[in-house]
Amino acid sequence: MTPILEAAGLTKRFGKTQALAGLDLVVKPGRVVALLGPNGAGKTTFVRAVATLLRPDTGTLQVAGINALRHPAQVRQVIGLAGQFAAVEPAMTGRENLEMVGRLFGLDRRRARAAAAAVLDQIQLTEDADRLVRTYSGGMRRRLDLGASLVGAPRLLLLDEPTTGLDPGSRVQLWDAIRQLVAAGTDVLLTTQYLDEADRLAADIVIIDHGTVIAAGTPSELKTRAGDDVIEVHVRNAAALPEVAAVLATVGRDPRTDLAMHRASVAVEDGTSRLMEAVRALDRVGVAVEDISLRRPTLDEVFLTLTGKPTDTAGPEAA
Amino acid sequence: MTDTSVTTISPPGTVQAQRNAGAGFWPSAIVVARRTVRKFVRTPQLIVYSSIQSVLFLLIFRYVFGGAIDVGGLPYVDFLVPGFIVTGVVFAGMGAAAGVAEDVEQGLFDRLRSLPIRRASVVAGRGLADTALVTWGLLIAAALGFAVGFRLHGSVAAALAAFGLCVLFGFAFSWVFITIGLLAGNAQAAQGMSMIVSPLVFASSAYVPVSSMPGWMQAVSDNQPVTPMVNAVRTLTGGPQMEALLGHSSGYYVGLSLIWAAAIVVVFGLLAVVRFSRR
Repeated sequence: MTPILEAAGLTKRFGKTQALAGLDLVVKPGRVVALLGPNGAGKTTFVRAVATLLRPDTGTLQVAGINALRHPAQVRQVIGLAGQFAAVEPAMTGRENLEMVGRLFGLDRRRARAAAAAVLDQIQLTEDADRLVRTYSGGMRRRLDLGASLVGAPRLLLLDEPTTGLDPGSRVQLWDAIRQLVAAGTDVLLTTQYLDEADRLAADIVIIDHGTVIAAGTPSELKTRAGDDVIEVHVRNAAALPEVAAVLATVGRDPRTDLAMHRASVAVEDGTSRLMEAVRALDRVGVAVEDISLRRPTLDEVFLTLTGKPTDTAGPEAA
Repeated sequence: MTDTSVTTISPPGTVQAQRNAGAGFWPSAIVVARRTVRKFVRTPQLIVYSSIQSVLFLLIFRYVFGGAIDVGGLPYVDFLVPGFIVTGVVFAGMGAAAGVAEDVEQGLFDRLRSLPIRRASVVAGRGLADTALVTWGLLIAAALGFAVGFRLHGSVAAALAAFGLCVLFGFAFSWVFITIGLLAGNAQAAQGMSMIVSPLVFASSAYVPVSSMPGWMQAVSDNQPVTPMVNAVRTLTGGPQMEALLGHSSGYYVGLSLIWAAAIVVVFGLLAVVRFSRR
């Protein structure tokens, strides 16, 4: 099966910044892949290279079997791009925007009109289709932007931080729209700083940092790799946290404390028996425990384990 | 396009989305141009402010400075209005710089660059739209000119030729401003950079006779595009008396201004296309 995307040894330097530092990635068709990483990790640079908006310095890049460095014009025939910034014209209506893109994709007037109507339906903007975009909310603009990338029925849809800056309600709406596309069989490559977004939308997650892939796999594979389970202890009095952390250090590795949340946690190998040990040990030192639980690690913790530093841009729902 | 002949092997059992051939060069240029014109028409601030500014400019020169400027015994209004019209074309083009920079900043150009169309067609579409907008502004400026007393002293054919030249100058200058917009990075910077063109406008024969300037300034004024452009329009509309005042025939100024316009289109048109297509 031809991979929908195949990158090998991609590098790109902007002045002193090494945006891509030998990135390797193979994406099979029929999967939604999320590129996850903090600001400046190289996510956007990679998407722009795939969209043929910039040329990598070295390396090879195949999109749907097309050599993107030698035949960028052919790549543009099979991709759709929706950016971080809503690239729609505010002085035109939603319908006019989509018809414009349809015409540029080479559809005649009638087919452009039909495609626009179908997409408006899909992104649930039919009711507002004939209002000027400058009267739209941020979430509606973003949905329209997504719609504009769909008019050409692309084989590969590139979504660069599709929900950055949106309120929670609009995020959920956009997620729904993306999920429907996926169900309809479009391959999607999306970038995000939000761990929960990657977890909810993607079948595969690729974590990148400093321009290279540092981990890839399904969400549960990545969670497993970062440690099996997490013991989390909540206390009433934050002053007791150092003591709790000392106890947790005896059952797992690298306990973490969160003063603001009155919380300490530790990754452990054999969850259930370590939990019992922790409860007994805490009881011996006599700390007043509010709540103690055993759970799977969050992607935030996965990221911390894999990169050795926390995501400085965790999403609202990320723990 | 020859590109479309290459086929990819689709995996069995999957739905293969079609390849989009994309629109041809001129169809996409026209689609892009329509969007720019629509934006202009639907943004009343753009029209109102630029119109008020140009009306005030005309009134100030016609009725405030005009009395103090000697143009060899000819009515100053017949001298001024061609200058007003040509410089109006230049000022109108400045809006393009900010507009283009905005499109770069907001990502609309990224979307267009990711579509299966010739990238030069996007730039060409912008140039087309700007020329159309300039033509619209020209009609208004000419009407205003006649309203404050400007009269033709040459043939109607010559006046039409003058109008055509102004459209051409607008087309030429739009490439300067498109290039500035592509280079600037943001709308404010684009606006600032296009102000560089203002000295070119004032250090020309547009509002005062070049002969009233000091010698070194005359050299500057005679060797830049605005002076021959203004003088071409002036001699075409002002007849033999104006030719006598300015010292050359209309043919001379028309020829010189055409050379300038062609040079501007070639240099800045190429710069704009190269800059837009670069990746």
